[in-house]
Amino acid sequence: MNLSRREQVTGRVFLIALILVTLLPFVSMLSAALQPRGTVPSGLAWPSDPQWGNFADAFTAANMGALLRSSLLIVAGVVPVSVLIATMAGFGLGQLRVPGGRIVFGLLLLGLTLPFEAVVTPLYYQMQGLGLLNTRWAIILPLIGLYMPFAVFWMRAHFTNVPVELSEAARVDGSSTWQLFWRVQVPLARPAIASLTILMFLWTWNQFLLAIVLVDDATKRTMAGALGAFQGQWGTDLVLLCAGSLLILTPTLIVFLIFQRQFIKALIQGSLKG
Amino acid sequence: MTSALGSAPTGRDDRVSSPGRPARPTPARAHRRRWARAGGTGWLYVLPALVMYAVFVLRPLALTVQYSFYDWNGIGVARWTGLDNYLTVFTDSDLLKIISNAIILIVFFSFIPVALGLLVASMVRRVTTGTFGTVVRTVLFLPQVIPLVAAGIAWSWLLSSNGLINQTLRAVGLGGVARAWLGDFGTALPAVGVIGAWVLLGLCTILLVTGMSKIDPALYEAARLDGAGPVREFLAVTLPSLRQEIGVCLTVTIIAALASFDIVYISTSGGPGLQTTVPGLEIYRLAFSQRQVGLASALAVVLMVLVLVCVLPIQRLTRGEKP
Repeated sequence: MNLSRREQVTGRVFLIALILVTLLPFVSMLSAALQPRGTVPSGLAWPSDPQWGNFADAFTAANMGALLRSSLLIVAGVVPVSVLIATMAGFGLGQLRVPGGRIVFGLLLLGLTLPFEAVVTPLYYQMQGLGLLNTRWAIILPLIGLYMPFAVFWMRAHFTNVPVELSEAARVDGSSTWQLFWRVQVPLARPAIASLTILMFLWTWNQFLLAIVLVDDATKRTMAGALGAFQGQWGTDLVLLCAGSLLILTPTLIVFLIFQRQFIKALIQGSLKG
Repeated sequence: MTSALGSAPTGRDDRVSSPGRPARPTPARAHRRRWARAGGTGWLYVLPALVMYAVFVLRPLALTVQYSFYDWNGIGVARWTGLDNYLTVFTDSDLLKIISNAIILIVFFSFIPVALGLLVASMVRRVTTGTFGTVVRTVLFLPQVIPLVAAGIAWSWLLSSNGLINQTLRAVGLGGVARAWLGDFGTALPAVGVIGAWVLLGLCTILLVTGMSKIDPALYEAARLDGAGPVREFLAVTLPSLRQEIGVCLTVTIIAALASFDIVYISTSGGPGLQTTVPGLEIYRLAFSQRQVGLASALAVVLMVLVLVCVLPIQRLTRGEKP
């Protein structure tokens, strides 16, 4: 594309400004986290003697080991199951086109815009009734259900675009529905599944409302829920709070930086196909 | 959240496409066999998702509606009160203020990010290549990746009396304006809005850039040849082509505004007074602190309907006319 040099420069300047604004809160937190304990930090100032040890203190204070384990357990409970059953349902609705599928799909659409606040109160009593309150199951089970509208919608959109002739060809070769699903369709759906998995992981890791309502013990919560508890406990100690928040962010950031390329690739592939 | 990313194919599935094997001499039998197969085993594929959804979403949803007609403290006997709870939601001045807070937040959570996102996207289109483009995308996506709780903590510190915002204001001689932004009656709600705008700007930008990459460059060439400037180009090519993506951005961000909870809970707990209390927070408080489950549920139903009322017209507008 022929573009003037001036336009390119304005674009870049604008983008760099935006990047700085986006990074500012993180830098500001880091500068506060490195101040000596017990002082009241002021604005953005690089400390003369950065106290990296604050991170070690925060690691202990936040009980990071337990928090990581808890979040991983919750993710392990939610993500694989959600992705699997959503892929199956997407296949059933988009490729097999089961009779009555449109009714199911309509029901799911109903939940697509549902604020979690709308169901959290009954969920509390439901979990109480099941005796699951204050266990990780109280977060895992409802999240799987709450993700279904988006996840099935997403996978169905993929499977609707796969030509039915492909399934028919596999049929002629004598494969059963399960073989068709597992051997033919799932490998083809890999980009859609990968994006869905990343999204589910992030949303679970960052889930806050269900964690604070359904689980009291911070070491049985998601990362976001634990961070809420950490703020409640250390809210007045700004240095430690900032150090702890950054620590709690680190795993998410690492995962994001690793998978970011795949995420963008998946998006580009998706747009090419469309 | 990223609901549906809008790009989902619409309508295409409505026609009962390619009935089995059209070339076969006995289409009726093939058709019946296909149906039997799809009906029998097909449902097994849909069932697990449907069961989880029914048990953990549809059932609680029905219960919320049921609770909303009762006066119940969560433990004792519930008393039927008909529409009293709804009457309270629509007449109580505090609750009305809380609902209007959420609507005001739409400006910050939704309009600002979409407008800025469009501006940025129309520039990113020109500089997506190479490392710079990757860095831009990575950084802009960061606020979407971290928990909202963390965004709330970071911004509470930035906006506090000793925070960077005030430090900057003092440095440029505007010390008189400096204040605890989140604690001030006049600025608390906009300050919360700024946090939301920061969080959602990246998401909108990425979605719009993705849409931008699908636009045929020839359209721009044509606009250029017709002598269109950047503004005409934007209005005539970019905006119409991005209608669907803009729709998705608006949908996602409006839901985020109306159903906001995390940011408010962390940064202000709804204060000062009720200045920043939003429906989500009030539902939580009513149900779990004040034990007014009925009223909390009525507010929840109203919130749900409010979301639908705001979002459905957007869906209709942005999807309907797409060629």
